Amino acid sequence: MAVVKLQRPKLNFGEKIYFGALIKGFFLTMSHAVKSLRGKSVGAETLASSGLGVTMQFPEQRWDSHLPEYYRGAPALVTDEQGRERCVSCQLCEFICPPKAIKIKPSEIPSDDPWAKVEKRPLEFDIDMIRCIYCGMCEEVCPEQAIYLRKDYLITGLKRADMVHDKKRLYEIGGVRVGLVNKWNELK
Amino acid sequence: MPDIVFQIAIIITKIVVLTFIVVLPLVPLSVYFERRFSAVIQDRVGPNRVGIPFTLLGFKKDFHFFGLIQPIADGLKLFLKEDFTPDHVRKVFYWMAPALTVVPALITVCVVPFGSPISIFGHSEKLVIADLDIGPLFIFSVASLSVYGITLAGWSSNSKFPFIGGVRSTAQMISYEIALGLSIIPVLMYYGDLNLSKIVQYQADNGWLIAPLWNEHGTIFSPAYWSTCGPQWLFWFPAAIAFLIFTISIFAETNRMPFDLPECETELVGGYHTEYSSMKFAMFFMGEYAAMVIGSALIITLFLGGWSMGFTLDAKIADWHIAGIGLAGLIHIGVFLTKLIGFILFFILVRWTVPRFRYDQLMKLGWVVFFEAALINVFLAALVVAAPQLGPVIIGLGAVLLAVVTVAVIWVAKVSEETPKVLRA
Repeated sequence: MAVVKLQRPKLNFGEKIYFGALIKGFFLTMSHAVKSLRGKSVGAETLASSGLGVTMQFPEQRWDSHLPEYYRGAPALVTDEQGRERCVSCQLCEFICPPKAIKIKPSEIPSDDPWAKVEKRPLEFDIDMIRCIYCGMCEEVCPEQAIYLRKDYLITGLKRADMVHDKKRLYEIGGVRVGLVNKWNELK
Repeated sequence: MPDIVFQIAIIITKIVVLTFIVVLPLVPLSVYFERRFSAVIQDRVGPNRVGIPFTLLGFKKDFHFFGLIQPIADGLKLFLKEDFTPDHVRKVFYWMAPALTVVPALITVCVVPFGSPISIFGHSEKLVIADLDIGPLFIFSVASLSVYGITLAGWSSNSKFPFIGGVRSTAQMISYEIALGLSIIPVLMYYGDLNLSKIVQYQADNGWLIAPLWNEHGTIFSPAYWSTCGPQWLFWFPAAIAFLIFTISIFAETNRMPFDLPECETELVGGYHTEYSSMKFAMFFMGEYAAMVIGSALIITLFLGGWSMGFTLDAKIADWHIAGIGLAGLIHIGVFLTKLIGFILFFILVRWTVPRFRYDQLMKLGWVVFFEAALINVFLAALVVAAPQLGPVIIGLGAVLLAVVTVAVIWVAKVSEETPKVLRA
């Protein structure tokens, strides 16, 4: 391998004395300090700072209104305008899920149900939020538009059991979603 | 007999109040300042949450104290952590080292004058624990003991990174102690006294060493000052050089940032305290900050007028009394602590501004630059101090001699500088 010799830069007297750079440094740090105390730091506005530096002080201030449309928060199940649960428990999301966070127990829809022709719906649908990596593959793979990543990001619990979202909780987060393809509806 | 008891009681009161109520709280306070100030410099917020959680008790709002309680929380955490002693250490020295870093820093408190003599019901009492006539020498001799703590910590940890840290610390402290000692010789020549209380009193009357804006004839606004301020300003030049060298050497002596090679996180993990945890680590931490507080106190006392307010205000407030207690002493403590905190903030600003030196640069700065500069400064100061008693011929001769020596020293330093050899590729 060829040896590349680097020449150290020649310093002039002022640079060797070093004090000029020191004073410059003090001005730099102090200007940052003054700006951050006045809430005028670079980027303070776009980052919605609390008025000290660029930091948003979390529990009091939230980023919620700034979240982009494509934000990937907690995955959740949705119902459509007719109140039908969209999931047909095909288990594709369970199989694609990279960290294996999703557990589905399928069940049959009884024949006297108005949606009997859909045939299947999940009896249990658990997402372990300790395992979930918010990758969004479940949303991508779902043929029924039933599972979506919502904007919820504060998933906390005091026990491991608290961190497993069951079917009820998932529909609570997901809510009703309108404008989906109604492939099981005669009216279309 | 009651007289002796009274004396001892006064001394113990002074020790307890000045060490444990004035200086020790400054250590966590400077840690807090360090964290908040560095945060502000880096456009962050810093610790601002720890306080009294009133919301837990059902009130509407918590009380944060701007996060001032944070150091207590940190200390509590360090107390409650497991105090782990690795198997491979030399136990006796390993246990002794943290104490050896804290104790010298706290002992040096005893010669620092915190304020002018305070009078209580006609009884005047100096605000110094021990009014020694060798103040700065005592501080140097005791403070340099703290290098044993760091060296022993490095050696007894029996592991490579702490060892390198300890060795570095020894070399660094020895190098900079020379510059430290030599740089204040001009100052002591000027005062003609080693008693820190008298040095501060002199500065209160005759202007601070670095800001001689008044003397016994009046302040900068009176014409009498302008006719007599010549020697003061003439001595300002050696004093400023001494101030510069002394301040930078104190940075090196306290292992503060541009010179914190003994702990140097990027190279040595944690340096000499890599193997320490819990309260033993906290002792090193405390020792470092206590050394910083004492170093600032010493700089303020020698160069920036100690407890004096300046502009001959000190003489004016000297006989203010409320209920038999002299206000001057209390005001002067306040002034001293304000200056101290100001200087600690300067320490912190330097830490977050100046990047760490390389080790050879550090050694070169100590031995080639500061040692020589301090030495020449001693002769310069001697010339300035002695000038009024000497004839113009001798002064001229001295100045020429000094200039020749200075040029010679600079030339030697330049010539001895190693030119990098061209290596064969």
